[in-house]
Amino acid sequence: MTILKAVRLDMTETRRIEAGKTGTEHPVIQILSANKIFPNGTQALDAVDLNVQQGEFLSLIGPSGCGKSTLLKMIANLIEPTDGRILWWNGGPERIGSAGSRLAFVFQDPTLMPWARVDANVRLALDLERKGADKSDVAARIHAALDQVGLAKFARSYPRELSGGMRMRVSIARALIDQPDLLLMDEPFGALDEFTRNKLDLDLVRLSWERRLTTLFVTHSIYEAVFLSTRIIVMAANPGRIHSELVIDEPQPRDEDFRGSPRFAQLCRDLSRMLTEASHAGSPQS
Amino acid sequence: MQDPRSRKPDPKILPKPLPLLQQEWFQRIAAPTVVGLTLLVLWQAVCRFFQIPQYLFPAPTDIASSLIDHAGLLFQSLKITLLVTLQAFALATLLGCLTAFLIIQSRLAEIGLFPFVVLLQVTPIVAIAPLIIILVKSTSLSLVICATLVALFPIISNTITGLRSVDPGLVSYFRMKRAGRLETLMRLQIPSALPFFLAGLRISSGLALIGAIVGEFVAGTGGQSAGLAYQILQSGFQLDIPLMFAALVLIACLGIAMFFVMSALTHLLLGHWHESAMKEQR
Ligand SMILES: Nc1ncnc2c1ncn2[C@@H]1O[C@H](COP(=O)(O)OP(=O)(O)OP(=O)(O)O)[C@@H](O)[C@H]1O
Ligand SMILES: [Mg+2]
Repeated sequence: MTILKAVRLDMTETRRIEAGKTGTEHPVIQILSANKIFPNGTQALDAVDLNVQQGEFLSLIGPSGCGKSTLLKMIANLIEPTDGRILWWNGGPERIGSAGSRLAFVFQDPTLMPWARVDANVRLALDLERKGADKSDVAARIHAALDQVGLAKFARSYPRELSGGMRMRVSIARALIDQPDLLLMDEPFGALDEFTRNKLDLDLVRLSWERRLTTLFVTHSIYEAVFLSTRIIVMAANPGRIHSELVIDEPQPRDEDFRGSPRFAQLCRDLSRMLTEASHAGSPQS
Repeated sequence: MQDPRSRKPDPKILPKPLPLLQQEWFQRIAAPTVVGLTLLVLWQAVCRFFQIPQYLFPAPTDIASSLIDHAGLLFQSLKITLLVTLQAFALATLLGCLTAFLIIQSRLAEIGLFPFVVLLQVTPIVAIAPLIIILVKSTSLSLVICATLVALFPIISNTITGLRSVDPGLVSYFRMKRAGRLETLMRLQIPSALPFFLAGLRISSGLALIGAIVGEFVAGTGGQSAGLAYQILQSGFQLDIPLMFAALVLIACLGIAMFFVMSALTHLLLGHWHESAMKEQR
């Protein structure tokens, strides 16, 4: 296990985000030239440097297999970097989950317990909380979380009785119920239809704004990335690395008007071009 | 938010009731009954037609009348065999779970213990039964030990497989939530292991019965504590073949009953979520 030492944070190096949310901005996570080579020799990440600012909505976009999921798991401390290091700042260099920083992760798969009903799956997040955590009105909170993703009627169903997109929404409810301040989401809406996805996107914008969430969001949708993010990181593959970034300096919280604006279309075109470049950069042999 | 698809109550379309002959439960009962009755009738006809003597191969009716004549004796033995089987089964379940939990705790425990678990499995019970009977003073206890040894392996190996076959995504989730060992065991590993564990139990319940019978064959205890195996041995010496078959019928019934009880338990515990216990849905 990497021993995390206090490293003085050089604020001049830190990119300030103009469009960021209110409040003092400081990085909550700092990734310093992180490499990841899996035991089978696959190099998933190559020297990734990234600062995640307090309260920003950061999207990761890039071709399949460019290490987005790997990067997110590293930030959640589920994978160790082979080289380089990750610092979690909660007023000081501490590990994730320690006082002040609450992390929720929506994985790329729903990862629900098949033997438990939907409400029990959502309650798991509260059940696994430390002792002394706020455990009042559990039932009401479960209902609210399920209602938020439109599944209040399915509280007593088993996961196998739900569609893929519904299972994913249960997983989202489980992540939102314990009021995180760092939210990691790996293609959470990938399995949903356009209509439901747009609705959930709107909810997410509102939620992250209200709760001052710091969000890391993986998506394959250019429109979704532009609509949600304050900053977008474009990644390239083979090996996975950061190719470029795009700051979306549109005021928060956003609404449907932004989706229809010419500026939105322009930003989508920009991002699309960057993504094309990144894809070409990722496969020099073709 | 309101899910667009859940706004109007979805009409529950109930399948048309099928005629009795096509219904699942009826087929499940009717098909084996028809096969069984046909075989019995054939058996009876062959025995009577060729006039095979009772002491060579009794007809079903001979077996049935023997079963009724010796009912007291046979059911006393059945009780004893059942008791040995159940004790061994319970002991095997307990020991099997404990061993499995021990083995998954650390890699070293596995390397150290697993070869002996395999040794237990590959050693034929008939070969070690005499030794156990000599070493253990109480005969009924030695029978229980024999049956336990036979029944142990499927429980250990299935429980280990089950405890290991946890969805890696859920493992990540528990790790991220920094769940403790006990919490992970109770909330994640045990429920995940349940289908495998129950499959192991189903195999072991049959094996416990086999172990009890084999042990008694070797021990050959008579008198008050004579089980069904002893009745088979005894009727063999006395050339009372219908009695032998009657004892055999009871052993078979016992085995089938155990299997059904375990199947029902599996269905009860897993029916609502696991594929193995769910009715086929078309
Ligand atoms: N456990 C693992 N062992 C070996 N290689 C792995 C492992 N996990 C991921 N990889 C490899 O690392 C690379 C990055 O994988 P990752 O899952 O991070 O991609 P991704 O950007 O999330 O892709 P997608 O958009 O398809 O989800 C891939 O080439 C993959 O083959
Ligand atoms: Mg991925």
